[in-house]
Amino acid sequence: MIALANPARFNALSGSLLPWLAGLTAILFAVGLYQAFFVSPADYQQGETVRIMFVHVPAAWLAMFGWSLMSIASLGVLVWRHPLADVAAQAAAPIGAAFTLIALVTGSLWGRPMWGTWWEWDARLTSVLILLLMYLGVIALRAALDEPSRAARLVAILTLAGFVNIPIIKFSVDWWNTLHQPASVFRVDGPTIHPDILVPLLVNALAFTCLFVTLHLVGMRTELTRRRVRGLQLRAAEER
Amino acid sequence: MTRALLALIRRDFRLAVRAGGGVGLPLVFFLSVVAVTPFAIGPDMKLLARVGTAILWIGALLSTLIGLDRLFGADAEDGSLDLLFAAPAPLPLVVLAKAAAHWTVTGLPLAAAAPLLGLMLNLPPEALGAVALTLLLGTPALTLLGMIGAALTVGLRRGGLLLPVLVLPMAVPVLIFGVSATNALVAGEGGSAPLMLLLAASLGSLVLAPVAAAAALKGAQS
Repeated sequence: MIALANPARFNALSGSLLPWLAGLTAILFAVGLYQAFFVSPADYQQGETVRIMFVHVPAAWLAMFGWSLMSIASLGVLVWRHPLADVAAQAAAPIGAAFTLIALVTGSLWGRPMWGTWWEWDARLTSVLILLLMYLGVIALRAALDEPSRAARLVAILTLAGFVNIPIIKFSVDWWNTLHQPASVFRVDGPTIHPDILVPLLVNALAFTCLFVTLHLVGMRTELTRRRVRGLQLRAAEER
Repeated sequence: MTRALLALIRRDFRLAVRAGGGVGLPLVFFLSVVAVTPFAIGPDMKLLARVGTAILWIGALLSTLIGLDRLFGADAEDGSLDLLFAAPAPLPLVVLAKAAAHWTVTGLPLAAAAPLLGLMLNLPPEALGAVALTLLLGTPALTLLGMIGAALTVGLRRGGLLLPVLVLPMAVPVLIFGVSATNALVAGEGGSAPLMLLLAASLGSLVLAPVAAAAALKGAQS
């Protein structure tokens, strides 16, 4: 972590890592989508719509993963003052928001044939919607602040305040026992999903996670370049 | 230290009451929200009785939020915020004192006015006291959560719009527990779980929100 404090070193390392990550993502997606469409069986109750789950569940996991990543980065901003932490937090926000939106949209597409409605005010659906609103709030706050160092600290504080929301999402299923599926992968007595569906789901989850990390690294590199350009422009303006 | 904090509460209270005429405004807004709702829903007294507590809670939530950008705004403009940083008390306690003064002129009147507005919404008599009690217990959490947003957006041009966008998602649990605690009270369950959770939300934000708001004010300053 300390070694990465140098942006040039981070750029070199991430630059050599990126092609491998992108390739791994492509391979995992090829395997995962093939399994999802051709290997895994249709559910006896849900029919073919069960395949939406292979996109929906990983997206929902990554929606929470994104905020957790931003929270750790925010600690990096406030506690360790790591120079790359704010870049990481800034790059993660739009990607996390996008995955949250994907989770909501795919959930809605699945809900139409299954629950008979596009939108159900079910506990988990609602808390994911709130998570999306919080992502948008973080992005809006950063957009409203001009000075980068000030924006870094304020966004970090807001992110940590919002971190309270993630356990609420995770446990809301138990709190308000509603229409949504109770948790069925991570359970004390082992998963209740059949391996034929669970294996493709895990492969897809891994593929989506790799996609997230790849996009995040690209986003961080772009942001670093953007900040460097801004710095050079400021210096050029001063010299004139 | 206690004297300094009490002086700050007194100052903010006097400013709110005497200067700018801002003291009654959240109440008028509250009344407006409640008055507008039947125009949208229709003058169906049975329906209004059923959704009345929810309307009152939403009205109180919105009324709490609209005044909050002035919580630190005026102090930041005339520079007294910088003096508060140098106050002989920890910054979290200073902002807590400001929140207390703000709640006395917004949250408390809202809770007090709720039974009267509840009458207009055809609430049953037992619900009038219940909604006043839950608002009394819940509005401190709304003010304190809103204070975080106020500290984050202090001095921003679009702060007035950004603040509710940031705070509303965080206020959702308070709203949920507040309304269900009211319904539980009406059903005759005294110390119900939602009431306890509402109280927990208020007490928890009493501890955490001043720390977050103080950190945000410091972060905004330097």
